[in-house]
Amino acid sequence: MPEDTQPPLIEATDVVTGYGEVDILHGVSVKVHAGEIVAVIGPNGAGKSTLLRALFGLLPVKSGQVALGGEIVSNFAPDKLVTRGLSYVPQVDNVFPSLTIMENLEMGAFVRANGFDARAEQVFTLFPDLAGRRGEVAGRLSGGQRQMLALARALMLDPQVLLLDEPSASLSPKMVGMIFDRIKVINEAGTGILLVEQNARQALAICHRAYVLANGENRLEGPAQTLLESDEVGKLYLGA
Amino acid sequence: MTTTAETTPIRPGLTETLRGLRNHGDVVLALILWMLVPFQAAAWLIYGEAGASDLKWEALSLPLLAVVVPLTLRYGDAIRPNAESIASLGLAANMAVFTVGAFAWERDGLVTGVVSGSLFALGAIGITLIYGILKFGHFAHGDSMMLSAYLAFMFLTGSIAGEAQNHDVQILPFNTRDLPGAADDIWRFSFGYSLLVAMGLTALVMAVLLIGLDRAVYGPLRRRGSGIVTYSIASLGLALVIRSLMLIFWGSDPRFYSPGIRRSTELPFQIHILYDQIFILGMAFAMMAALYLLLYRTKLGKSMRAMSDNADLSRICGINTERTVMWTWAISGAFVAIAGVMLGLQTQLRPELGFIILLPLFASAILGGVGSPQGALVGGLLIGIVQETSVTSGLVDPGYKFSVAAIVLIVILLVRPRGLFGRSQ
Repeated sequence: MPEDTQPPLIEATDVVTGYGEVDILHGVSVKVHAGEIVAVIGPNGAGKSTLLRALFGLLPVKSGQVALGGEIVSNFAPDKLVTRGLSYVPQVDNVFPSLTIMENLEMGAFVRANGFDARAEQVFTLFPDLAGRRGEVAGRLSGGQRQMLALARALMLDPQVLLLDEPSASLSPKMVGMIFDRIKVINEAGTGILLVEQNARQALAICHRAYVLANGENRLEGPAQTLLESDEVGKLYLGA
Repeated sequence: MTTTAETTPIRPGLTETLRGLRNHGDVVLALILWMLVPFQAAAWLIYGEAGASDLKWEALSLPLLAVVVPLTLRYGDAIRPNAESIASLGLAANMAVFTVGAFAWERDGLVTGVVSGSLFALGAIGITLIYGILKFGHFAHGDSMMLSAYLAFMFLTGSIAGEAQNHDVQILPFNTRDLPGAADDIWRFSFGYSLLVAMGLTALVMAVLLIGLDRAVYGPLRRRGSGIVTYSIASLGLALVIRSLMLIFWGSDPRFYSPGIRRSTELPFQIHILYDQIFILGMAFAMMAALYLLLYRTKLGKSMRAMSDNADLSRICGINTERTVMWTWAISGAFVAIAGVMLGLQTQLRPELGFIILLPLFASAILGGVGSPQGALVGGLLIGIVQETSVTSGLVDPGYKFSVAAIVLIVILLVRPRGLFGRSQ
């Protein structure tokens, strides 16, 4: 991997953030290089989702910094970040229920001036299930279809990096397999992915590298295979 | 302790009856609404010609006691899970019977009702859009509507009230009546294009004014993360300010855009209508159609619907939500301005009318389902028809006209708080 020559797609360094006075993260560092799927795992309340919200400018970065391809973007508003190639899929409420599938995609491409139709067709080839339901209202979709629409919406801007918050939450095992398979395909097409997951074993199965967070701090990091075989991860998060 | 089952009394006492009814309030309400359907139909048939002023309300009490109470006690548990849909259908059935009855026997009230209703709808659309985007009830909307009527009066005449009553003082260097040919009546309306120009200017001014108020008052609250109560009280405060300003500038005497007589015509089905009312209806429905196209066909409108669905996700998409908020105020302002001018045309200009009309505006928005523009249209028309017909049929004294909206509001809040087209939470 050409780590030395190019800056990482996204790099968080010693990020401290939280809600109001209460800090949730006490200095967390993660990075995603071109072509990588990076997972962030850890127990409930470790601060995984909080990390994504801070990276995406939805929570204040009180100290530390966030860089996108070398440019420092700490505390940039989301509308500045999406034009710089960052997209985010929240865990819940990640589609507009009263808008149609097509309109959801239009909102995903809101800051894009042109090329909507071509991009929508590309995204539909990734999610053929959605292609036949363009005019349907998102609120009527099943949980799995909603998750696909959420991913599709985030892909409309052809982002450099995709932040995914627990895409497998509350889906059937079959659907989880399907979503993870799509994530791999998206990654192979050249998008870097930072994936927060509760489902550690499955996340480690598809990612290249992973970070383990605990109590708002980095606990472990390394290649997926190493973490899968590590005793500590096995005991704490994989139920082995 | 007895072991025999036969000793249990079958007939419940008064206390048990009352408790049973209280536990099944929603069932009682649903049944009453359905009972009202035949009662209302009978009332139309019997009193349709004569007017409802000597309607025998007592006749309703006996079947109420004889049917609703035993049914509730006997089948309350079975009906309860579906009480809301049964009640909603009952409400719809009542409205259908009412509309048919009004068409048959109270056509004048129906026409006036549709005209007032379309004005309520234009105002309620602003309330519903603002609620959808900012999630609070804008209590200054009624007074904004009246202020618009006065602003148009100012553009039309160039004047406001002077120190002595009926001695107006010119404050603008121009007025739209002086435009060439502007004072000549258009077609058979009671006004010339001077009023239309004044209306357009007012729509612009109100759009800018509401954006300004948002910047000055609501924007800071938003950044502070205030709750909806704070917003609503702030808007109530603004309502008081606007009303006082209208009293200061224009005085309390009623005013009219044009003193001339109003020509009327007769449409098929013996419908008598003023030409001015045809103008109001046409304008209102054109604006509704324009709003529909805006919301469903343009990027701006879609982003407004998206923000009303989920403001956080809008920001995540990179939508500039402050810009969406600004446009929402501008559109609500233009709608309220045109509604206000046409209200002035339909009735008269009085400062306190702004507060009085707030009730039907909110009733329309809530009846239709707050946050739903289609709902505001249907809600506005229904409130308008029920209100005017209640008066023309003699059921309600004209002085209590606006209490009809309050009654509808109470019923809808009891039966179906999310309104006819509202989303279930």
